[in-house]
Amino acid sequence: MITRRVQYEVAGRLAGPALFRLEAWQQRVKKMRKGPRKSAIFGPPLECVSKLKELMGTHYLQGRYADGAVPVAWVTSGFPVEILRPLGFHAVYPENHAALCSVQRVVPELSDAVEKEGYARDLCSYARTDIGSVVTGKTPVGRLPKPDVLLCCTNICQTVLYWYRALAAHFNVPLVLMDTPFVYGEAKPHHRQYVRDQLEELVDVAERVGGKRVDPEELEEVVRVARDGTRLWGECLAASRAKPAPWTGIDGFFHIAPIVTLRGTRQCNAYYRMLLDELNDRVAKGIGGIVNERHRLLWDNLPIWFDVRGLSTLMAERGFNFVVTTYTNAWAEAGSRIDPADPIGSAVVAYTDIILNQDLNKRLDTMRRLSRDYSVDGAVLHSDRSCKPYSIGQIDLKQRLAKELDMRVLVLEADHGDPRAYAKEQGEGRLTAFMEGFS
Amino acid sequence: MSACVAIGIDVGSTTCKLVAVDAAGEILERRVEPTHPRIEQQAERLIAELRAKVGGAPPVGATGYGRKRVPQATRSLTEITCHAKGAFRLARRGGVLVDMGGQDTKVVRIGDAGEVRDFSMNDKCAAGTGRFLEVILGRLQVPMIEVGALAARAERPIAVSSTCTVFAESEVISLVAQGEPVEGIVKGLHHSLATRVASLAGALPDGAEIFMSGGVALNAAMVAALEAALRRKVRVLSEPQLVGALGAALSLS
Repeated sequence: MITRRVQYEVAGRLAGPALFRLEAWQQRVKKMRKGPRKSAIFGPPLECVSKLKELMGTHYLQGRYADGAVPVAWVTSGFPVEILRPLGFHAVYPENHAALCSVQRVVPELSDAVEKEGYARDLCSYARTDIGSVVTGKTPVGRLPKPDVLLCCTNICQTVLYWYRALAAHFNVPLVLMDTPFVYGEAKPHHRQYVRDQLEELVDVAERVGGKRVDPEELEEVVRVARDGTRLWGECLAASRAKPAPWTGIDGFFHIAPIVTLRGTRQCNAYYRMLLDELNDRVAKGIGGIVNERHRLLWDNLPIWFDVRGLSTLMAERGFNFVVTTYTNAWAEAGSRIDPADPIGSAVVAYTDIILNQDLNKRLDTMRRLSRDYSVDGAVLHSDRSCKPYSIGQIDLKQRLAKELDMRVLVLEADHGDPRAYAKEQGEGRLTAFMEGFS
Repeated sequence: MSACVAIGIDVGSTTCKLVAVDAAGEILERRVEPTHPRIEQQAERLIAELRAKVGGAPPVGATGYGRKRVPQATRSLTEITCHAKGAFRLARRGGVLVDMGGQDTKVVRIGDAGEVRDFSMNDKCAAGTGRFLEVILGRLQVPMIEVGALAARAERPIAVSSTCTVFAESEVISLVAQGEPVEGIVKGLHHSLATRVASLAGALPDGAEIFMSGGVALNAAMVAALEAALRRKVRVLSEPQLVGALGAALSLS
């Protein structure tokens, strides 16, 4: 236990940062030798990306030594992770891990393994990827720590419940569910009470697994940090209201990792402060995420992780940038709802009233607001085969947006994780035709 | 003969189409042949043939799935844009264009200035496209040229699912085995396909004219089925197969 704890702390505090700083230094030397990489399409790369690599790389490196050192929870992206932080948990985000697998293009291999066990290809590719990774033991991050507890919140979809049940059966560990009723209009008091009761029970479970009580002051501090982090993330996104937007929507997808997986930690906030400074500096100097920003677009739904670079290039070549996405924005919305003075009560609201757990009118309102705030002249709605809750209603949303805001809207059929569910040629053809319509 | 100012080439999944147009956008020469796997060589040969016929070296505009394989092209645009340009030139007005090609079916809303206002297409699957008809008519051994007359003779359409080409093919085999008349099956196929296109078209604007282009527009049974499904008159554009190539040529002017 002590050895394990030492390894965990060394990985997180020394080895990880040293390793990734060395890599960043090597990259800098290489760049100095070759001269700065100049792109005719994209603006200069963000300087702080190397810090993002260090932050996330260290998180995963440290995770390899987490089990046996500290309590480990596997959690869904919409889970109130704040309550785990004062208890010293290491939180693993299977969704983030699956996205990483998709970027590394290992999803077909991992998915094949679970399809052989009888899981249907129609299931969410994140679920297939993670269960596949667990079954085969293969992961691009080296190793994921075995969980002591699985914590699942249904505010993003119902699939997570079945996915986590499969994980619970595999690891033979308890699964705790936080069920959030779908919100039509405004949540009713009994909805709030229902979620609150579960959250309070969750604190009890987490305390038992963590082996200590939650210190209210520590929790208040974590919640304050989480709130500030969420606000900082929102400010980073809001930098793209400037013309040209200082970064691309694709950059935003990659930069979402800290606010999802390290929410409530000081490292997360320190990173976003650095990013915000750089973005503000780019805005002041008029540096765009793409060189020739002619049209500004909104993206709806998760990214197509395995082809983000290809799609971004296709769009940027013609002067199109996704300056705002409903997905990255979802993590900024909670900033106004989290209240350190009432950690549990505000978590009930913040984690119930998220875009995926609210009716279509709320989504439409958000899209309208973002379209105006970011001065977009078109939108691409990714109809994501793997994410039905996010994709349902997009035909209606398309028609309403096109009519009410007089903008061009495209529904693009793809998948967030599995390249086998995406017809690249047809997809790019539709995007190209969509862009041709602007000229 | 007036001078050729541009050549348009539409490299589709089934056929390769070329037109040479004059300054008024009239088609002077045309070529249609099945698409070869070696698109570059085929395009080079056909462009050379057309240039020899019309004289000079008019610039080339390309469209279709193989458009990136035409190095001679000075401009390359998607089929959506080119079909809209071609249709607007032929119809001289905006409206709703249904283009049924070999690999996909598109519904394009064309504005009063000829601009693409919106479009929708079939999903990745071949159901709802020319290929769907080709596969199943091949199975029934019905030549494309006889389809219209055959379907017109049917007493009633026999329901055939259009969800998947492969499933529909086995469904048709069962229907034949059950002794259902071929005419009825053929009519049913068109009916099912037209329903699919109609759902793709969604709610049509009042008074908007419906145009049809693409190789499938040459099939009278399909036009009739589409008219029935949309409950609107469908105007087949002249030389419907060439509309995309015409648009590609016009894109250079």
